[in-house]
Amino acid sequence: MNTINRSGWKPEMGEVDVHAPEDAPTASGDRALNLEEPLIFELRAADGAGKCGVDFDDMPDAMSPGIAKFARKKQVELPALAEPETVRHYTRLSRQNYAIDLGPFPLGSCTMKHNPRLNEAVARLPGFADIHPLQPMDTVQGAYAVIEQLADWLMKLTNMSAVAMSPKAGAHGELCGILAMRAALEARGDAREVILVPESAHGTNPATAAFAGYGVENIPATKDGRVDLEALKARLGPDVAGVMITNPNTCGLFERDMKAISDAVHAAGGLVYCDGANFNAIVGKVRPGDLGVDAMHINLHKTFSTPHGGGGPGSGPVVLSAALAPFAPIPFVRRDDKGRLRMVEERQRPDQAPQSFGRMAAFHGQMGMFTRALTYMLSHGADGLRQVAEDAVLNANYILRSLEDVLDAPYADAGPCMHEALFSDDDLPEGMTTLDIAKGLIDEGFHPMTVYFPLVVHGAMLVEPTETESKAGLDRFINSMRSLAERAKAGDQSLKSAPHFAPRRRMDEARAARKPVLTWKAPPGPAGEPALCELGGS
Amino acid sequence: MRYLPLTQTDRSAMLAKIGADDIDALFADVPAEALLKAPVSGLPMHASEMAVERHMKKLAAQNLSAADAPFFLGAGAYRHHIPATVDHIIQRGEFLTAYTPYQPEIAQGTLQVLFEFQTQVARMFGTDIANASMYDGSTACWEAIAMAGRITRRERAVLGPIHPHYVSSAETMARFTGDELVSVGPQLSADAGEDAVIAEIDDKTAAVVVQYPDILGRVPDLAKIADAAHAKGALLIAVVTEPVALGLLESPGSLGADIVVGEGQSLGVGLNFGGPYLGLFGAREKFARQMPGRLCGETVDADGKRGFVLTLSTREQHIRREKATSNICTNSGLCALAFSIHMTLLGGEGLGRLARINHARALTAAERLGAIPGVEVVNEGNFFNEFAVRLAGKDAREVAYALTRRQILGGVSMGRLFPDRPDMAEGLLIAVTETVSDEDIDYLAGALEEELA
Repeated sequence: MNTINRSGWKPEMGEVDVHAPEDAPTASGDRALNLEEPLIFELRAADGAGKCGVDFDDMPDAMSPGIAKFARKKQVELPALAEPETVRHYTRLSRQNYAIDLGPFPLGSCTMKHNPRLNEAVARLPGFADIHPLQPMDTVQGAYAVIEQLADWLMKLTNMSAVAMSPKAGAHGELCGILAMRAALEARGDAREVILVPESAHGTNPATAAFAGYGVENIPATKDGRVDLEALKARLGPDVAGVMITNPNTCGLFERDMKAISDAVHAAGGLVYCDGANFNAIVGKVRPGDLGVDAMHINLHKTFSTPHGGGGPGSGPVVLSAALAPFAPIPFVRRDDKGRLRMVEERQRPDQAPQSFGRMAAFHGQMGMFTRALTYMLSHGADGLRQVAEDAVLNANYILRSLEDVLDAPYADAGPCMHEALFSDDDLPEGMTTLDIAKGLIDEGFHPMTVYFPLVVHGAMLVEPTETESKAGLDRFINSMRSLAERAKAGDQSLKSAPHFAPRRRMDEARAARKPVLTWKAPPGPAGEPALCELGGS
Repeated sequence: MRYLPLTQTDRSAMLAKIGADDIDALFADVPAEALLKAPVSGLPMHASEMAVERHMKKLAAQNLSAADAPFFLGAGAYRHHIPATVDHIIQRGEFLTAYTPYQPEIAQGTLQVLFEFQTQVARMFGTDIANASMYDGSTACWEAIAMAGRITRRERAVLGPIHPHYVSSAETMARFTGDELVSVGPQLSADAGEDAVIAEIDDKTAAVVVQYPDILGRVPDLAKIADAAHAKGALLIAVVTEPVALGLLESPGSLGADIVVGEGQSLGVGLNFGGPYLGLFGAREKFARQMPGRLCGETVDADGKRGFVLTLSTREQHIRREKATSNICTNSGLCALAFSIHMTLLGGEGLGRLARINHARALTAAERLGAIPGVEVVNEGNFFNEFAVRLAGKDAREVAYALTRRQILGGVSMGRLFPDRPDMAEGLLIAVTETVSDEDIDYLAGALEEELA
């Protein structure tokens, strides 16, 4: 099927139409638009010394005698490229990346949605991008207002009493929430030792609890993929500080008993942390504060569309219940009696934040993400955000129901899914794995779904389309998934070595870990890196 | 709505395929009393791109941006010129809108950048290896303290005159991990305090944490502190909040630091009101398996072609869960790209040139300001691009405010950084980068002279 040229017409090439064999080498190593790119160190090695991609104004050199003894004798051994070479190096590299701008990125629990470009433009306004975090407070009232307005949105969307804005990402937000819980428990003289975490939780949850000094115990799940309320109740006691529950959970299901879980934990003197990574499924539809949650982080880089940037930066504000609000970290924005916004940075003075558990990082949080997220919220409005959740859930259920006949969907009968559809490898024949399907998807032009997570399902495939995929886009994805499932069932061995058409084939990850090579070193011999000149040599 | 591609026709067709009567049938697992029937109240409805832009521009206009004033603020966040190339490349969708490179076959762009970044950072720091970034300098700092504890199996850290926000971030962690922190705060004097730090090191000390240059801009004798730390079996953690300084100063690794962390914001990232920034993290190779955060390593694919993958992930939370070296997941990937592009344009030679210009600008400013009656340069001759002045008999916080009324962002007051230290109240911290012109220095000097008169 060719959807681009339906007529099938093509020019007559006659006898010269000879196809090159698929693996025919080229002299350059590149293949048309498939471009290989050396490391900057190798580009420079072929080139010699003496170039720079930055021109400096003519300014005199000087050296203070006080630091002369600490001055380096040789410059840092790093190559420079001229601007055209630099632009080309990174542009060529960029073409080896898949991205949401190129197609669906259905990573479950990662919420890879479209990143609006208005957000980027707004974040770059000099009034936001070119201000210093320690400027006198009167000169940054607009920045504080962004924080105040974003905080207001987050509290209203969650029906919570307070929000800590400074955490730098989701895991940092988890730490913030757990530390607030611990501070609150300690304030009432109630040292507790254990945090309960479901087996399906993100790895950050147990890692966070452990980092905050707690023991971690698993909560079992029911057959329909949810927290086992009775088992949880049986474990609660005076040593349990609280629970960390992801809702919707990582099986893509809403925890129906969330309120009962919260009530039981509270009755036992504990507190409830909710991992808000999957908030995109319920924003504008459900307020976690109505379900008894005490703390929840919100990944602005998931639900509120700030770009993932190849791994970060993120931003993880934490909404807090009235019980935890006094223990929120510093700094935070407060309006004084003259209506002027100020940043509370001290906890020592009794009129400020005496119960705050302290500071989590320098300065005031991820301002660049705040401006983007607020821009996104204002664009959608309260009505649009509700539509976001509805379309995200609709898209996921559409995928679930379009694939459940060809792939095992362990919770297909447990009710509708939320924003992500979970499949297992149960229907795949012996020898065919989730990884083969994932790598096959790469050849089909899609980024794979999340694989082998959550751990509670064998060979898990967790598909989160998000609301920014069109129906036509979903149909193309579904078509590819069905084709892959059928090929796997037919025992198509070419899947075992997929991807075939990507910039690289399967990578030897064991080799990378066995003898780690983490930095570039010049190869020995004359072909190596040229010696860089001594300081002041050019 | 412009970000939502589904039409009403699509929605109806999809609900039919699913077998649901309406959208709320898909929210059937939400208890009825918790399911909202209408948009959350008290919030505005959707708005056009133009309307949103107008709202946000109005807020931006309420800030005095550094471009509109002579600007001398530092204290862990520095204003440098960023080549236009940097922002152009980081806005390419293939970098901006990619995820963590968990599928290496289609993420070689990001992975190769990370490998190049790790190499650049390691060479600047003089360490064997570096990771693929942390949130920022302050969180990298407390992660380094935790790492030193794992390596030495000790629970005590001595902190020199480092950024007070870094100290309080570490104190927050220590309060919950039970680590003992001994903080040797700065004095408003020329003495970088090496002996005071060394006096606190004992044989229970896991780590000695020293900022280079320190919070007043002074350059401590790292080698001396390294020797003292190693003699007691402790590790030296060097903290670099201004990486441009390493164009001029000997690298911390070469002076004996075992772990070097830093704030990479100076190169490529910009001020951004404090974030997102870029945590840099380098260490000796033998500590690789104790590092927090992601590491990118070289390998080959099935055809034997060189490629890069995330590696040693058995340290990380998604594999190791409660036994992980850190809970970090998302890092500062895009800021690492910006840093790396800026470093590629500069190279070692350009970084050296940039550093020498910064130093020369700061010397000029110090000389000019030091001549004003009532202004004393505290660390005369011992600074890179940032120094402290003492404004005799004045609260520097008030003076900084007075300067803003003249449209000058004249420095960070010590009172803002150390609110509980009255002995620091006369101090004003002044950073001078290549972006500061002679005219800017004249403005500041003239205004300061009048304010102090």
